[in-house]
Amino acid sequence: MTATRPAIEVVGLTRSYGDHTVLNGVDLTVPEGTVYALLGPNGAGKTTIVNILSTLLAPDAGELRVAGFDVRRDPGGVRAAIGVTGQFSAIDELLTGRENLRLMADLAHLGRAAAATAVAVMLERFDLVDAADRRAQTYSGGMKRRLDLAMTLITRPRLIFLDEPTTGLDPRSRRDLWAIVREQVADGVTVLLTTQYLEEADQLADRIGVLDGGRLVAEGTAAQLKRRVPGGHVSVQFRHAAALAAAAAAHPEATSDTDAFTLQVPADGSIAGLRRVLDSLDDEGVAGLTVASADLDDVFLALTGRAVEVPAAEAPAAEEIPA
Amino acid sequence: MSTAYTVRDSATMLRRNLLHIRRYPSLSIMLVAQPIVFLLLFVYVFGGTLGAGLPGQGGGGDRGDYLVFITPGILIMTVASVALGTAISTATDMTTGIISRFRAMDIARASVLTGHVLGAVLRTGFAVVIVAAFAFLLGFRSDAGPLGWLGAVALLVLIAFSLTWLTVGLGLAADSVETASNTPLFLVMLPFISSGFVPTDAMPAGLRQFAEHQPFTPMIDTLRALVTGTETGTDLWLTIGWCALIALLGCLWSRRLFLRVPTK
Repeated sequence: MTATRPAIEVVGLTRSYGDHTVLNGVDLTVPEGTVYALLGPNGAGKTTIVNILSTLLAPDAGELRVAGFDVRRDPGGVRAAIGVTGQFSAIDELLTGRENLRLMADLAHLGRAAAATAVAVMLERFDLVDAADRRAQTYSGGMKRRLDLAMTLITRPRLIFLDEPTTGLDPRSRRDLWAIVREQVADGVTVLLTTQYLEEADQLADRIGVLDGGRLVAEGTAAQLKRRVPGGHVSVQFRHAAALAAAAAAHPEATSDTDAFTLQVPADGSIAGLRRVLDSLDDEGVAGLTVASADLDDVFLALTGRAVEVPAAEAPAAEEIPA
Repeated sequence: MSTAYTVRDSATMLRRNLLHIRRYPSLSIMLVAQPIVFLLLFVYVFGGTLGAGLPGQGGGGDRGDYLVFITPGILIMTVASVALGTAISTATDMTTGIISRFRAMDIARASVLTGHVLGAVLRTGFAVVIVAAFAFLLGFRSDAGPLGWLGAVALLVLIAFSLTWLTVGLGLAADSVETASNTPLFLVMLPFISSGFVPTDAMPAGLRQFAEHQPFTPMIDTLRALVTGTETGTDLWLTIGWCALIALLGCLWSRRLFLRVPTK
């Protein structure tokens, strides 16, 4: 592997399940030592890309090189270079945290002393010292995710795949995890991350690819993407359907929700733009309004001309049970 | 795949499976209890009558003779019972996320299966010792010398190894843990239609032919010969042949199920 070779090179990746095309010609290049975020709603094909690049699933077509190895011809080379933390916890719940880490160290063929040191370091770094000798099934969601990531990182991979690493985590656990990812990047590790949250991509990624219906519909830095959806939106709550209908007619670019009597009007972030929206509304019919900065829905609306199809699976963060 | 590390990775996976067995003792207890219940049932409820029907006892034997007669069958049923548990634990393990992690690691991948098989063989050994101790407690005595017992142990390990590869395959092929706990039930039922509980001569023609030719009969006859200190004859070779065949097919099938890159 030469120094200039990208960590991930994908050309024309295609994959279908029966008649259903999940990935339809995805091209992707991730330079070494950078963070790339795949942003998209559920069902966009994010996990399928991660599974294929981590050798868990066979592609239908495409040229795929990961860490310099051809994914189909040399899966062993790929596996030796990568670490994967998936959406679903990949820990052994019957083992303790320490035993889980030791299992990974042994499978990475570390010597006895090196393994013991690595386990101790990871327990410390991931704040699992107190819970080290408890079975993992007793851990909270955030602790399980930390153990999961520690198991991935104890083998010191040069490239890590993080499939929706913070889905279901509370805000504090999410920030902790972001900090760990940043440390890895500082050490020169390459990260491919999938997420449903623009904020997460914004916080971590050098480049973001927006995935929709099995295609990359946009790619760029967070700033470049946000320029395409400058101001987020104004969300207006109406008192009755008639007021909503009148406002919707005045704003053909907006999306309306006739059940909730709300209208989302794209905004450009300027005061003048906001004033124009406000001026167009009839005071009597409006129950309330919020001005929101750009989120995934806005990016989608701007890039694909439609709202996210799958109801953005944004369950409130799972409650963390204190250890 | 680093084949050089196969032994080391298999040892690691074996440690993991032994921890599982230790942390989840209720399955082991259930698997050992089943043959013990059958032993008690057959010796104390049916044993008096069935013992009288045994051949070569000069007009029939008693309960004690029947205990000696069925102990080999019960021991092999114990092996089958633990093998059933192996299908359950393999299927359960496949539902856990850590298997995907193993698949994406540069390890000897078959070591996941080897760990299950070796762990299960050890669990079988443990179970057989308990059931055998029970039989001794009830009055089982044998004329076999140390060589006979050594042969019996080797035979039980061989049978355990082959049945375990088969049930690892059944566990991998099952689409749910429930399925995995049902498909290997035939292994626990088959010893009943063999020479294990009554001599096959006592069965009607069709059933007798099945009983005489199914693999459990030579297995049980060989074990019986070894622990009673009589000649094993061709049964020994039949048993080794059956075990080799079952182990080979089970192993190839399991590897194929586990190592394929999923297409869905």
